[in-house]
This record gives sequence, C-alpha cells and structure tokens, in this order.
Amino acid sequence: MLNLTSVDWLIMLLYFVFVLGIGFALKRYMKTSKDFFQAGRALPAWICGLAFISANLGAQEVIGMGASGAKYGLETAHFYGIGAIPAMIFVGIFMMPFYYGSKARSVPEFLRMRFDEKTRALNACSFAVMTVFSSGISMYAMARLIQALHVFDGLFYAMGWPEQGIFTFSIVLSAVIVLAYIFLGGLTSAIYNEVLQFFLIIAGFLPLVLLGLRNIGGWSGLKASVPLQYMHEWKGVAHASTNPMGIEIIGLGMGLGFVLGSGYWCTDFLVIQTAMASKNMESARRVPLIAAVPKIFFPFLVILPGLLAIGLPTPHTTTVVHNVNGMIVRDTNVVPQNVEEGCGLVPAKINPVTGKPMYTASGQPLLDYDMATPNMLLHFFPTGILGLGLTALLASFMSGMAGNVTAFNTVFTYDLYQSYIHKGGSDRHYMAVGRWATVGGIMLSIATAYAAINFNNIMDTLQLVFSFVNAPLFATFLLGMFWKRATGHGAFAGLIAGTATAMLHHGLTLPIEARPGIHGGWLAVIHHYPSDMAQNFWTAIFAFSANFIVTVVVSLSTKARPESELVGLVHSLTPKPPKAHNVWWKSPEALAIAVLLMAIGLNIFFY
Amino acid sequence: MSLDLRIPMGLMFALVGMILTAYGLATRGSAIYNASLGINANFWWGLVLLVFGVSMLLLGRRSQKRLASMPPEPVDESRSRLGH
Repeated sequence: MLNLTSVDWLIMLLYFVFVLGIGFALKRYMKTSKDFFQAGRALPAWICGLAFISANLGAQEVIGMGASGAKYGLETAHFYGIGAIPAMIFVGIFMMPFYYGSKARSVPEFLRMRFDEKTRALNACSFAVMTVFSSGISMYAMARLIQALHVFDGLFYAMGWPEQGIFTFSIVLSAVIVLAYIFLGGLTSAIYNEVLQFFLIIAGFLPLVLLGLRNIGGWSGLKASVPLQYMHEWKGVAHASTNPMGIEIIGLGMGLGFVLGSGYWCTDFLVIQTAMASKNMESARRVPLIAAVPKIFFPFLVILPGLLAIGLPTPHTTTVVHNVNGMIVRDTNVVPQNVEEGCGLVPAKINPVTGKPMYTASGQPLLDYDMATPNMLLHFFPTGILGLGLTALLASFMSGMAGNVTAFNTVFTYDLYQSYIHKGGSDRHYMAVGRWATVGGIMLSIATAYAAINFNNIMDTLQLVFSFVNAPLFATFLLGMFWKRATGHGAFAGLIAGTATAMLHHGLTLPIEARPGIHGGWLAVIHHYPSDMAQNFWTAIFAFSANFIVTVVVSLSTKARPESELVGLVHSLTPKPPKAHNVWWKSPEALAIAVLLMAIGLNIFFY
Repeated sequence: MSLDLRIPMGLMFALVGMILTAYGLATRGSAIYNASLGINANFWWGLVLLVFGVSMLLLGRRSQKRLASMPPEPVDESRSRLGH
C-alpha cells in the first residue's frame, strides 16, 4: 500500500540531519546550567512563542484532533476556542509576571517560593512521573502508527531484517535523536527544534487540507457531504442531546474553558518553560499571545483533515476494463474489508486477534478514528511530498517527546536532586546531572512504551491518573497568585483534596453505554453522563471546586505569611510590570485584545 | 545566543523545496499525480517551500550582519515578528 521512494527517504534524512545539526551547533553555547535548563533566558519572543504551541503539538494533538474532527465534527474546535485561547491570553497577561518575575527556574520552584517545600515536593514528584510516562505514551503511539502505515516495511524488507523489529526500531530511532539533540543543546535545542517542527507540520499538513478541500468541492462541498451538526461549533451546544459530543454549555464552558484548558496552558511546565526562556519580561508575556495567533488557525490544519476524511466517498473494490490496442485489460482495485466498511477514509477498527472488522452492539462498524489523518496523507500525497508529510508526522511526535524530556530534566535536577539529594554542588555538577537525567528520562519513557505493549489498559489508566492529578492544579495557582492570604498548608491540603475528589467522582459516575471499570463507576454508579467527554469535564469541575474550597478554608485557619515575603509572587503586592518604551499597539495587552477579537471572529464564522 | 534559528531553518526548507521542485519537474505528467487530483503537488509545494526557505535565510543573514556591525545593540524588537 505504501510505496516510499528515495525522494521520501532523502527528505526524512535531511530533516534528521538538521535536527542533530542544530544540537551540535548549540553545544558550544552550553556553558552554565542556566544555558542548559533555561536557554540562558535569552531567546526572542517569536521563537519561544512558536515553541510554546509546538511543545503541545505532539501525537495527541495531530492524530487526536483529526480523530476528534472525524468523530465530532467542528465542535472539536472548542478545544481551541474555549480551551486554549482564553487560557493562553490569561497566562500571558496575568500569570507570566509572577512566573518570570519571581526568577523561579521551574513551576514547582515557583510553588516553593509562594507556598512551601511540601507543596513543591508534591508537585515536582507528580510532574516528573507524568512527563516520563507521557513521553513514553507518545513513543508508543508513534511506533504503533509507523507499524500501521508500514513506513519502514520496505526498508526492513530490503535489509532482510525481521518485521517484528519495526516497533523497536521506531522507538530507538526517535529516542536516540531526541536524546542527542537535548543532551547537546539543552532547552535551547529543544525549543529551536520545536520551531522547526512547527513549520514542518504546517508544510506537511497545509497541502493535505488544500487537496482534500479541492477534492470534496470546497467548503460548500464539505458541508454537503457531512451531517449538518458536524459543521457547527456552537449550534446545539445548549443541550447535551443536540450536539455530537453530548455536552451541555455549562460543563463545556466551566470544565474545558475554566478548569482543563487553564489547568494545562497556565500551569504545565511543559509549555511554561518555553515562555520562561525568553529574554525579558515583556517578551515572556508576549510568548503565549504570539502562540495564540497560529493556535487560532490550527483547527483548519488538524481538525479539518479528520472531517474531510469522514466526508470523502468510501473506497470500494472496483474493476475498470480498458481496451489497450485491442487487448482487454481488467484493472481491479481491491480494497480491504475494513476500509470498505468504514466511513469515508476512516476505516473500521480491526480486532487484533481475529483480524476481522469490529462492530458495535447495533451492528454498525466500529470506526478507527485515529487513522483519519494518516489515511488522508496516504490517499492524497504522491511520493515526494508524501515523504514530507510523514516527516511532519514524525516531527510532531518528536516535539511532544522533547518538551516532556526537557521539562523532566529541569524539574528533576532543580526540584528533586538539588533540593533533596545533593545540595550545594557546583554548577557544572548540576549541568552534568541534567544531561544524565535526560538519558534516564528517555530510558524510563522507553520502558513505559514497552509496558504499553504488554498491558492493554496502561495508556488509558495513565491518562486517567494524570487527569486526577492535573484537574485541581489551576485552583492552587489562581489562589496563590491572586489571594495573598493563601498559605502553604492550604495549598497542600487543597491539592490532595482535589485529586481525591476527582477519583471519587470518577468512581461514582459512568458514561452511558460503558461498563463499570476504567471508564468510571468502580465504587458505585450514582449518575450517568451522556458521554465520556462530559464525565471528564465534570470530574475536572468537581476537583477544581474541592481544591478551591479546601485551600480557602485551611488557609484561613492557618497562619498567613508576612506580606513582605510575598512581593513579586502575589498580584496585589507586586508593582505593575515596567512599561517598556514601546508604542501602545506593541504592548502585550493590545496583542491580547487583537487575539481575542480574532478568536471571537472565528467562532462566529464556525457557528 | 548568536545562532540565528532562521539560518538553519531557511536552509532546510530551501533544500527540501529544491528536492521537491526538481522531483516534480522530473515526474511531470506521471501517474503518481492521480492521487493528488492531477496536480503536480511536488512541484508547486516545493516551490512554495523554496520561497519560504530562501526568505527565512535572507532575513536571518540580514539580522546577523546587522548584529555584527553594531555589537552592543540588542536584537531589534520589531524584527522579531514572523517575517515570511
């Protein structure tokens, strides 16, 4: 099915050469641990801004958003319009002054400055564990996709290597490349490569969207080929039964916008580290805002391929009869059963044991939405540009992995090693530790990827645990930055209570049509949600609220810290960030308003 | 940081663009373009990437030259918005 020629390989090779070349070129600039972990705090805003979104542009984003576009239609764009953009504006305008201004080297370190040692230890440990597992999951997903697309099959065949080695080969290849460029150039290298990957992803996916749209007959053709509610982002959102995701407006706005989106974009060191690497406060505040501009247009790039895949005609086995110089030639194009039973270019899911398509209880084929975007690539791209598209796909996996790895080595070195294992070492010592933490982090990720093969449920379980830990986080930062009375004991108790509430809520509720277990209801089922997405959002809302309330109550009953210690950490006690000598329209505030208007405009367009 | 990212990035995209354009020219009218609706996707997209790569390269070179001519000045802010 997949026929890669030397042009495709050449492009892929060229990319690998440049990725590693950037690492080598940056090695001589890595003189202190600040250069290695914080990119010397000297990068221009546009580079950090593009890295800010690229760090998030991993497998989950490119494959997952395409899958979600095929499954739910344009409603997926809420992850951008409600989930990401407002949070990015908020972190840039209101939170960055404290992250950057406090001179903290990581998000957990900020928690120590603002609260206390135990809050930081809790956050640092859970974060370090999560980054390692996430990059392992990313690796696993990539290796599986490479297997499914048969990218390396030709190479393996030519070399006479056994086919089972493809999984290991994909993992080792990506791990070695990511390891090499981070080991050499630290965060600078990760950020530079993330920017490279950002442009590569656009270069690979934009022509795909253009060809897909042209094939289906433009925007109006797309409208005619998918169900009506797929083309609306907001219509039907007032009630759970009238929109494809099964979420009502309150769960959506509160859960996605206020809790999950903000929790990710405002507190996750994976993205915040790129903003903290910029050269001054003004740039640091502009980083998330610059990132928001392309983010607004990303639905076109990552959601549309999925929507187009579902809208295009389903391939069927056909026989074309030609008459070539009096000779009758029958050209039969055989389409596998799972493709024929799929919808558009989205194939039916195959049962890995029997090799037959899987069906739902009502006899409909179960669709393998994750293949929507990759199948679009294979369908439309001739050899040559196909190499570019596959390279873009690989790049997206690697950028997600690299962000996790640099976040891990920083948090491990500063917040765990320097704080609890070996205090007062030399700067060179910590830089070496950081390099070896990179190696260790990648090794653990590989172990996670292999564990995922043997235990089917490990990915779902891990993601569930992450959601329990992450859901309440935003409340802690919100109270910490904007309420001077919040105390360390309060924050610590709040985090524990939030996570416990998330687990409890998940254990007591269940999406419709799911069995108790990993999907919820493992304690007892007292409420049914119309979809797992709705359950997710409400878990986050409950966790956030519990954290908020417990933090407030415990803070009020414990001793407040003297105000003089909180200058630069809490909003009401911090002098306004110094105005640069820029004209008004260059200020972060003006940029924020422009971004907001653009986002609203796009939402109206997609109504 | 004195390595301007636009230089290696521009170089990479210019090279990829050249490869695709050349390959597109060599495979004009080939059956491989049935997939892309009869459009020579390699040639046209290669051209786009070539233009993008070369302009990045030029922008990066220019700012590096300017930096070399006046070392104490920090990077001009207005230059840092995306130029392509």
